[in-house]
Amino acid sequence: MSSTPVNPAENPVGAFKDQLKSAYDHNPNEAHDTHDHHHQDEEAKVTLGFWIYLMSDCLIFATLFATFAVLKDATAGGPNGRELFDLGFVAIETSLLLLSSLTFGLSMISMQNNKLNGVLGWLAVTGLLGLGFMGMEIYEFNHLIHEGAGPDRSAFLSAFFTLVGTHGLHVTSGLIWMGVMFVHLFRRGITPANRIRMMELSLFWHFLDIIWIGVFSIVYLMGAA
Amino acid sequence: MSSPVAELHEDPVLRFLFGKLDISSVPWHDPIIMGAGAGMVGAAVLVLGLTTYFKLWPYVWKEWLTSVDHKKIGVMYIILALIMLLRGFADALMMRAQQALASAGGHGFLPPDHFDQIFTAHGVIMIFFVAMPFVIGLMNVIMPLQIGARDVAFPYLNSLSFWFTAAGAVLINVSLVVGEFAHTGWLAYAPLSGLQFSPGVGVDYYLWAIQISGIGTTLSGVNLIATIFKMRAPGMTLMRMPVFTWTTLAANILIVAAFPILTVTLALLGLDRYLGMHFFTNDGGGNAMMYVNLIWAWGHPEVYILVLPAFGIFSEIVATFCRKRLFGYDAMVYATMCIAILSFIVWLHHFFTMGAGANVNGFFGISTMIISIPTGVKVFNWLFTMYRGRVRLEVPMLWTMGFIITFVIGGATGVMLAIPGADFVLHNSVFLIAHFHNVIIGGVLFGCIAGLNYWFPKAFGFRLHSGIGKVSFWCWLIGFYVAFMPLYALGLMGMTRRLSHMDNPVWHVYLIVAACGALIIFAGIIAQIVQIGYSIWKRDELRDDSGDPWDGRTLEWATSSPPPFYNFAVTPAIGNHDAFWDAKQTGQAYIQPKSYEPIHMPRNTATGLLIGLASIPFGFALVWHIWWLAVVTLIGMIGLAILHTFNEDRDYYVQPDEIKAIEDARFAKLNTTTEA
Repeated sequence: MSSTPVNPAENPVGAFKDQLKSAYDHNPNEAHDTHDHHHQDEEAKVTLGFWIYLMSDCLIFATLFATFAVLKDATAGGPNGRELFDLGFVAIETSLLLLSSLTFGLSMISMQNNKLNGVLGWLAVTGLLGLGFMGMEIYEFNHLIHEGAGPDRSAFLSAFFTLVGTHGLHVTSGLIWMGVMFVHLFRRGITPANRIRMMELSLFWHFLDIIWIGVFSIVYLMGAA
Repeated sequence: MSSPVAELHEDPVLRFLFGKLDISSVPWHDPIIMGAGAGMVGAAVLVLGLTTYFKLWPYVWKEWLTSVDHKKIGVMYIILALIMLLRGFADALMMRAQQALASAGGHGFLPPDHFDQIFTAHGVIMIFFVAMPFVIGLMNVIMPLQIGARDVAFPYLNSLSFWFTAAGAVLINVSLVVGEFAHTGWLAYAPLSGLQFSPGVGVDYYLWAIQISGIGTTLSGVNLIATIFKMRAPGMTLMRMPVFTWTTLAANILIVAAFPILTVTLALLGLDRYLGMHFFTNDGGGNAMMYVNLIWAWGHPEVYILVLPAFGIFSEIVATFCRKRLFGYDAMVYATMCIAILSFIVWLHHFFTMGAGANVNGFFGISTMIISIPTGVKVFNWLFTMYRGRVRLEVPMLWTMGFIITFVIGGATGVMLAIPGADFVLHNSVFLIAHFHNVIIGGVLFGCIAGLNYWFPKAFGFRLHSGIGKVSFWCWLIGFYVAFMPLYALGLMGMTRRLSHMDNPVWHVYLIVAACGALIIFAGIIAQIVQIGYSIWKRDELRDDSGDPWDGRTLEWATSSPPPFYNFAVTPAIGNHDAFWDAKQTGQAYIQPKSYEPIHMPRNTATGLLIGLASIPFGFALVWHIWWLAVVTLIGMIGLAILHTFNEDRDYYVQPDEIKAIEDARFAKLNTTTEA
């Protein structure tokens, strides 16, 4: 809802005709005052909504962390973290993800400077780093399952696979979103709607980074100690 | 009925195509289920047939199914709740009848296996598919009007939320006929709900019905919080918001904070069942008590998600029908938020007998009792609003007064249960059943029906018949006491919950009285249906052209009934709370503005409906292990959601000419009413 009053003298009815088709996504150079306000409203609204969603997602992880904390010693005679985790491997995995947060930041800076190629380039690097992270995670899961340390081995491993896997599922969603984002950027360039999308995607991506820092510290570092 | 483990198809092709589903999954031999199923299918065919016969599909499609208008989505939520109320109440009648018949040596008419599914379905349906959609529906219809907004923050998301809820409801109804429902009780405690003790598909239906609708509820929570924070009319500061909007805010914060816990808990149970994990199993290091902790960490806030909005409804009604500003508005707001916070630190009182130790039980016992303080503040605020007010005993006010008395009794028995020592005696007895029905019927349900009577004229432009409404109220109120007071006594005598057969002549008479109470409530429900039907029939006599049939105080009464799709032709400016009352006092109400400006509105979309529809076969496929269908529908849902982001034609501007035509018609009607 645009609650900003429009001065009818400046905006005769006819002026709205060409905007009827889409008030949501259009070239900012042709932006009308109303629409600038509208986009600011829209961005503030979407960003608040997305933050609230992220907080609900954060609670999903909080519950999974709590579950892991309860079950981390319930190995049922199976292997524990010290026997399973390869910290060197996880360190590389972690650096890929942390680096991808940096490159996403660079992509956002390019967007502030209205440089579409920079946005696309850094987004591509982010996506590749994300893919690398997921590749390593899938390799690790596969390796553990083949060693007989799958999620059905013990409550500890159930909690481990579920917590780390849920994070991985989120990263995968982020990667799919990036793919869709590419199409949007190619089609339309840096429009207000795409700015909002990039803003939320970057929030999502950094959020996953923060969750991973929790996973890295609590699951791997404390588990291997 | 009992088909605990479906035999897997021998043929690999059939197994691939149908998973665990085969022709024997439908209990053809059970007359009760087949009758109920035939009734449901018949009703659905009748509705679809009539819609086709009267060529209403374009109207239904355009005005309802694909609508993103918060008022219509809200109405659809309430219709869903009323339909599911009939199903849930049918379960209640069967339980009352069974216990009355099978308590003095008789066998009753339900085998234990079927009885277990009925009490599970009753609880799940009444909480997830009656109380939740009813409350969310009322929030949807009214809250944006109360804050002077034109829609919710994310209209498409709102539609998606509704269709997810509806999909969950469909899934639970499918379970009645195809397969079975959980035998586990409404919270599906592990390890009983694990694969080892519940190998059938019942728990899977339970899981997916609640997961799908729960995602809808979480999204709805996100949406309504953003709406309240970002879309209030100019001048409406937080402390000028109507109390119902405040309680809506509190309830939605609780939704966003609590529903993720439910989602995770049920997902973990699902992983135990589908992938052989060991979260809650007896073996492999699983911890069944963790399930109980997690489910109640959601479950107790859930109680307040339901009852806080009801408190808000009563607050609006009491101020309107006593023609006074609500007594202690500030105290009401703070009490609401206190309850919202405290609701997260009391969950363990649901299982004092777990053996957490005296100190832990002591903490949770005391924190539980502390909740009664802000609740007491609210009760006194309502009473002091009535004190020296000019109380009009209209139907909504009757429900409110019935609520105050009933809820205080329920609250008092709640404080009894909060004493850990007493709880060791009363835990899992029918005393507990009486207590929570006392607060949920007396609080949530009375609130919803009061809200229905109060806001019906706003949504549809005509009132509900008040005489039949009063009949319904008295049947419900008397029926409630007749049905549940005996259970308090039975609980103290030692009768535990969920018994399908017992042989105790002393209990028998109480159970017969309770069954009579259920029948009186049944009469109340019939009166409710008659009230709605009769009012639609006589709508011209009950019509209200003023938009303000009760001499209301808050902003929703400032617009016409039903409100135009844009709600307010001109965004209202607010200088005080009870904004519309102030406007009427100062002569600023009902003044037509000289000119109008274009209004920005969202366009309809079918995406929410289609994703919701696809989630039905998705859930069904997961229940029956039909993996190809699950994959196809999942990809379909994700694809539809992505496709929607490419829809750039999402909104438009309503032109001043159109607004002027609508508003002129309204003011013409208003003037004739005033002259007459």
